[in-house]
Amino acid sequence: MDLAFTQEEEAFRAEARTWLNAHVPSTPLPSLETEEGFAAHRAWEAELAADRWSVVDWPAVYGGRDAGLVRWLLFEEEYYAAGAPGRVGQNGVSLLAPTLFDHGTEDQRARVLPPMATGEVVWAQAWSEPEAGSDLASLRSRAVRTAGGWLLSGQKTWSSRAAFADRAFGLFRSDPQPAKPHQGLTYVMFDLRAPGVTVRPIRRLDGRPAFAELFLDEVFVPDEDVIGEPGQGWRVAMSTAGNERGLTLRSPGRFLAGAGRLCALWRAQGSPDAVRHRVADALIGARAYQLFTYAAASRHLDGAVLGPESSLNKVFWSEYDIALTETALDILDAADEPADTEWAERYVFALAGPIYAGTNEIQRDIIAERLLGLPKGRR
Amino acid sequence: MRFLPSTEQRAFADSLTALLTAADTPSVVRDWSRGDQTGGRALWSRLTEAGVFALAVPEGYEGMGPRPVELAVAFVELGRHAVPGPLVETVTAATLLAALDDPGPAERLLPALVSGKSAATVARGGYALDADAADVRLRVSGPESAAAPNRAAESAAELRLAPAPGLPRPSLDPARRLFPLPPGGELLAAGPQVTAAMADALRIARLTTAAQALGVGLALLDRTVAYVRQRTQFGVPIGSFQAVKHQLADAKIALEFARPLVLGAALTMTGQDIAAAKVTACEAAYATARTALQLHGAIGYTAEYDLSLWLTKARALRTAWGSPDECRAAVLGNGDRPQWW
Ligand SMILES: Cc1cc2nc3c(=O)[nH]c(=O)nc-3n(C[C@H](O)[C@H](O)[C@H](O)COP(=O)(O)OP(=O)(O)OC[C@H]3O[C@@H](n4cnc5c(N)ncnc54)[C@H](O)[C@@H]3O)c2cc1C
Repeated sequence: MDLAFTQEEEAFRAEARTWLNAHVPSTPLPSLETEEGFAAHRAWEAELAADRWSVVDWPAVYGGRDAGLVRWLLFEEEYYAAGAPGRVGQNGVSLLAPTLFDHGTEDQRARVLPPMATGEVVWAQAWSEPEAGSDLASLRSRAVRTAGGWLLSGQKTWSSRAAFADRAFGLFRSDPQPAKPHQGLTYVMFDLRAPGVTVRPIRRLDGRPAFAELFLDEVFVPDEDVIGEPGQGWRVAMSTAGNERGLTLRSPGRFLAGAGRLCALWRAQGSPDAVRHRVADALIGARAYQLFTYAAASRHLDGAVLGPESSLNKVFWSEYDIALTETALDILDAADEPADTEWAERYVFALAGPIYAGTNEIQRDIIAERLLGLPKGRR
Repeated sequence: MRFLPSTEQRAFADSLTALLTAADTPSVVRDWSRGDQTGGRALWSRLTEAGVFALAVPEGYEGMGPRPVELAVAFVELGRHAVPGPLVETVTAATLLAALDDPGPAERLLPALVSGKSAATVARGGYALDADAADVRLRVSGPESAAAPNRAAESAAELRLAPAPGLPRPSLDPARRLFPLPPGGELLAAGPQVTAAMADALRIARLTTAAQALGVGLALLDRTVAYVRQRTQFGVPIGSFQAVKHQLADAKIALEFARPLVLGAALTMTGQDIAAAKVTACEAAYATARTALQLHGAIGYTAEYDLSLWLTKARALRTAWGSPDECRAAVLGNGDRPQWW
């Protein structure tokens, strides 16, 4: 058992640090939840991609560095430590891409991944519907067979970044009367600017159009944009969900850097005693999450498949993020200063953590039933 | 980077579990609480044979250590089985003696700890745990100075072998017997070397307490999961109620995030990592104790039922060798950044 990195891993870390120090914008980009910010973040993705830093763990053919899980973690630590911008392409990179690696065809990977890596095509996730939130399998949007493909109709909602994104991936009911709700679903990719698609931005708590609802009226999707077998969408979706909750969506680097900045803020305000415990707990939590992730990565490298354990991560990081950002806001408020916009934006985003990627209530059910072996109850 | 216990480390944990399961620790604990140490001493010698205490003693003094990772692995199992006795104190005493500049006391006292002839206890000011069961009773006096070292205090620091103790005071955990150590006794060492050695010893004390607390928490969770699966009310197992499930899920999360902190601290042995592990493991175990008590209902509130052996220990370990407050202060340090950010 050890925590030491190889010389190659340390060299990779140093190379990333050098590159980031030279390239990270010296003033923060405008919020990526605005039109202007979206464009600026796309340009940043292109800059990262030009030197193959946008998707370091992907195979080189798609624009990556074949860096593997450990080096990806190191990259993320450096990325956030350097104060680099939020990732506009993350829905695609952390949700759709792993799904294509597991279930896609060679042709789909070759078409979809390179422009995703450069930020040229930004993806939105179209899963939730007005009547299908936690009970996702109750979704009603339809995919109806047509020559050479499918016609999508219905309504999706809460689709992050769909206001400015290019394409979307999501689940549709292709069998209107399945034996069980999880059957007869089909997983497809579609164009947000295709005929029949209407995108209505929804303003979130801070007023920014960070998500949107999608109205679909006989939107054509060719067969080659179906991921996995038609009717087998649930299985495909569950592999996406594991990624969403698990390692790839929220890397420890984000929280290590956040805790470091919180600590610096606290000291800059004269180390007020009232929040001393919470600042210490922020440091401890970041370290715990880092080490937990290293252990999970080690198991993964030993060949283990990360299953319901990812629900532990999800509850942990989502609650941690709120505690971290709340503490920062309390320090700023107590210092009689207007809440610094970066912390305030982080805080508003953190508040959604226990809701998206499967609510924390649903995650606790998974932990209780699948990790602790408790009996299923009424949903 | 392979941050997982090795095959040998897992085998060591398994062998301890097998040994402890066979030992019927609950009855050993109950006897110990009443002052009957027969079973406890027998168990002590089996743990010694398994090499537990040798892990804290350097090879130069007939030990196999110091091996903090293996110590942490072992103490998780000791906590899981609620083993009584001055376990943490013995490895702390060993570390303290081995870290002195003057090798005399270590040469004289450590081999007996490795062979199991002696158990040890240590007090800094307050009480010494299980001093009636320990032949080596160390008292450190002078500087409570880990936080603010000061020359005058350091040179006044003394390490003494204390005389036999008087009567114990009860602890919230009946299996932890707290003795005030009488003044006097043989002077073993003095001056800054005592302060420095105590700093090393405190790290081992906190690490092994954290590991023990993690084990206590894991046992509480396991026992509670088993209970809620078989106890029925309203015609179904209470474990099928979401309000019950979610409390146990939270306990699981807290313990699973404490575990890597404990093992990581054993690898780095930095004061910050160890303090982080101590506060997290102890808080997780304590929160799990509260949940365990609640979900057992009234039966959990009895001294007759074995759950109580872990419940009270979770509370006691929380403040042993550094309260949550002290540990958080250690994490924040004197303004120096932890290495990991
Ligand atoms: C910021 C943000 C971004 C999002 N981005 C996307 C996106 O990009 N794409 C997308 O498809 N969706 C997205 N979502 C939607 C998200 O996935 C859903 O909000 C989530 O699945 C919960 O569904 P719901 O909001 O309908 O809540 P509901 O399912 O109606 O739940 C409401 C409350 O009831 C609780 N509840 C429901 N069922 C149970 C149960 N069985 N046991 C206990 N409690 C229960 C929930 O936990 C919750 O507390 C996003 C949401 C947010 C907030």
